[in-house]
Amino acid sequence: MYQYDTYDQSAVDARVEEFRDQVARRLSGALSEDQFKPLRLMNGLYLQLHAYMLRVAVPYGTLSGQQMHMLAHIARKYDRGYGHFTTRQNIQYNWIKLDEAPDILAELATVEMHAIQTSGNCIRNISSDQYAGAAADEVADPRPWAELLRQWSSFHPEFSYLPRKFKICVIASAEDRAAMRLHDIGIELVKRDGVLGGRIFAGGGMGRTPMIAPEIKDFVAADDLLSYLEAALRVYNRHGRRDNIYKARIKILIHEIGAKEYKRQVEEEFAHVKTLGIDPPLAEFDRIAAFFAPPAWEQGLSDDLDLSDPDFRLWVDQNVIAHQTPGYAIANISLKPIGGIPGDASADQIDLMADLATRYSFDELRVTHAQNIVLPHVKKADLYTIWQALDEAGLATANLDLISDIIACPGLDYCSLANARSIPLAQKIGQRFADPERQRDLGELKLKISGCINACGHHHAGHIGILGVDRKGTENYQLLFGGSGAEDVSLAKIIGPGFSEDGVVDAIEKATDVYKALRTDGERFVDTYRRVGMDPFKEAIYG
Amino acid sequence: MKILTGNDLASGDVVWWTGESWSRHVEDSVDVNEHGEAIARAEEGARRVNVPYVIEAQATPEGPRPAHIKDRIRALGPTIRPDLTLKPADPDAGNWVI
Repeated sequence: MYQYDTYDQSAVDARVEEFRDQVARRLSGALSEDQFKPLRLMNGLYLQLHAYMLRVAVPYGTLSGQQMHMLAHIARKYDRGYGHFTTRQNIQYNWIKLDEAPDILAELATVEMHAIQTSGNCIRNISSDQYAGAAADEVADPRPWAELLRQWSSFHPEFSYLPRKFKICVIASAEDRAAMRLHDIGIELVKRDGVLGGRIFAGGGMGRTPMIAPEIKDFVAADDLLSYLEAALRVYNRHGRRDNIYKARIKILIHEIGAKEYKRQVEEEFAHVKTLGIDPPLAEFDRIAAFFAPPAWEQGLSDDLDLSDPDFRLWVDQNVIAHQTPGYAIANISLKPIGGIPGDASADQIDLMADLATRYSFDELRVTHAQNIVLPHVKKADLYTIWQALDEAGLATANLDLISDIIACPGLDYCSLANARSIPLAQKIGQRFADPERQRDLGELKLKISGCINACGHHHAGHIGILGVDRKGTENYQLLFGGSGAEDVSLAKIIGPGFSEDGVVDAIEKATDVYKALRTDGERFVDTYRRVGMDPFKEAIYG
Repeated sequence: MKILTGNDLASGDVVWWTGESWSRHVEDSVDVNEHGEAIARAEEGARRVNVPYVIEAQATPEGPRPAHIKDRIRALGPTIRPDLTLKPADPDAGNWVI
């Protein structure tokens, strides 16, 4: 993992003290809320439905055991004993006190963490593949590139006041596990003739106007990556619609002027930026990359597993993924227990996951955009012991990518922007489909719920998506089918009139019945939907 | 009726205007009629509340009940964590919200 140098540490420490002063001035009345709000947002501090909410950055979703322990400590000491892992691979605390926020940031800084750029119209936390450095199918480890982008984008003076927030994702596999093309800029690292570089996609996103990012450059050599991104941001910064918040994202700009014209302007700017020499020297990239060198794998490990315990076997079948190194595996910890709150973990659970990472996964954890946790490098021989510990803590739900592995935003239970609750609906759907065999029979089915049109719950990218709306003061839910955030990216479509909370659960059950009746061998729900279209589903649900 | 709500500046807690101060309990709210905006400005200026605003509510025997579900959830707490609401021991509290 990357470790701060003195520059990183002093920058974060200085920001803590700056914010401490800003909070003191707010509490004394020297700053009004209008003056203070943009300052607190730059430090990830929102005012939500019940209290202040702090969003802590987890760069590209990677954490050490020590950092994870700190997250548990924050939950226990400053919040109400739990945290919420988000779709941006971050963690949020829902019950923060303003006068304690500087102390929290100071504690986070001791383990090289912060909340900088987790809000505001700037480049947000760089997201990546949760299996980076472990996946069997990657062409390179995307984390050094994500870290380079983190350093480039942190406190970038030109991009601190963009027209709107800006989200970047880096992956390095043809299989997209990070919804790369639903980002403002998505980068897929590829190799061409042995040279590493990136395919660049721009103008994707969800929210009220969902769009899939078109490819704007089929290959940028890795050496030129920062210059190209600098050019891409400059063109957006120059032309983005600051006059209208609903048209300010880069996706609207690219939609309005066309990908071809945007690309032409980026190329023009790129030619200029290249003369500025902002790409780091190779030695600097090598310094960063050295932090992500593979761990000291043990050689000669067996790939055999004793699967005689049926519950363990179920968990291995569903939640354990092949690793690039013989004898090792990637273990997914589901934060979606049946009837639970998607993405929430108690301080004790966070501590346990930290301990398991330290003991069994080279001290590393990952947060996924699907609101789960990953132990990326575990010996297969240790899987049973790990599973037993997880099971005892309520963390061994075997439902990765199944219908109960639901992405859900905090919704109206916590969020001041929400129109409807997301979490109770996720709980009801999980309970309706609780039977593990029933879930597994349905196969991969990505269900995503947002409590408002801002789409934090990624409903546009759900095989089944649900959007909560306010209909004359009553919660109502629109159902969407056919979305995907993966390499088969697509946007879900609304199937018809909305439902009550119970009504939408019934509708989903009817849809799964249609799928079971019509599927062919190997077809997932979304495949069947794409083949047969919406009509059979609508007929069953509304007929 | 119209009632006035906001958040405590330091703690962020949801608070309700009682006529002379701020309470954590919505049932202590009073009808502010047309005076809500003026009270809000004065109280915010004195840093006794953060981002106050006026909402519609119904008078009930148990006290004011906000008209919109969002404000009822603000008043009680998250519906999915009864243990974190203001009435963790009241099994009917959820019905008040919904």
